[in-house]
Amino acid sequence: MNDTSKIIKTISAIMFPFVTIYGLYVIMHGHLTPGGGFQGGAIVASGCALLVVAFGSEAIAKKVKESDLSILESVGALGFISLAFIGIATTFFYNVLAGRSGSLFGTIPPFGSNPGYLNSGGLLPLMNFAVGTKVIAGLFAIVLILAIATRKKGGRT
Amino acid sequence: MKTRTIVSLSVLILLGVFLIMSILPLSNVLRPFGDPENSDMDDYIISNAQNDTGANNAVTSVVFDYRGFDTLGEATVLFTAVAGVILILRRYAHE
Repeated sequence: MNDTSKIIKTISAIMFPFVTIYGLYVIMHGHLTPGGGFQGGAIVASGCALLVVAFGSEAIAKKVKESDLSILESVGALGFISLAFIGIATTFFYNVLAGRSGSLFGTIPPFGSNPGYLNSGGLLPLMNFAVGTKVIAGLFAIVLILAIATRKKGGRT
Repeated sequence: MKTRTIVSLSVLILLGVFLIMSILPLSNVLRPFGDPENSDMDDYIISNAQNDTGANNAVTSVVFDYRGFDTLGEATVLFTAVAGVILILRRYAHE
């Protein structure tokens, strides 16, 4: 059962791509601007929560299964830990890619304030992606399963 | 009902006055904001984070590089929360 009005559904459907793009931007620029994996993931997950509120948990649960979200979250966590284990030859969480010229994300920015180079940061952008995936899937799974579990039969979802 | 409101309000005001009075003598001892006593770690991170990690955002380089273990713990907390919610509520979700 879902009885939100057409206005809410339309506005949520319009807003959702922009919220998602903004969250992905925050994740992607985590090593340049304020924000990062946790914050951007929370933004994207709140966009997904907007959809759950507007269209009802049953309609969303038909499209997305929470077991898939759980798998995605585990993939993010495993990616984060394995990225941390890459530098185990020196220490745990050693940034192997940083400062290696020619490698992915290997640029070293000049000292001081500068506009920022996306191709810098070493392992940090990859860790941001992993943590972002984990936070998106985890928070969306929490919101979705709470919305499904607390619905009333024949009532508002 | 009304006396109860008066009593709780007066207790609240007394508590506030007590807190303010106990903070006031500390204002000579406490250092001003932005001027900590031990700033060795801050100075090291501010002057070396860009060269060490290549990231402009020093906060991200602290969170994911210098203090990576802390972030691992945070991620574990989130994982545990999701696992707990799914473990408890899954049976209601599939009714």
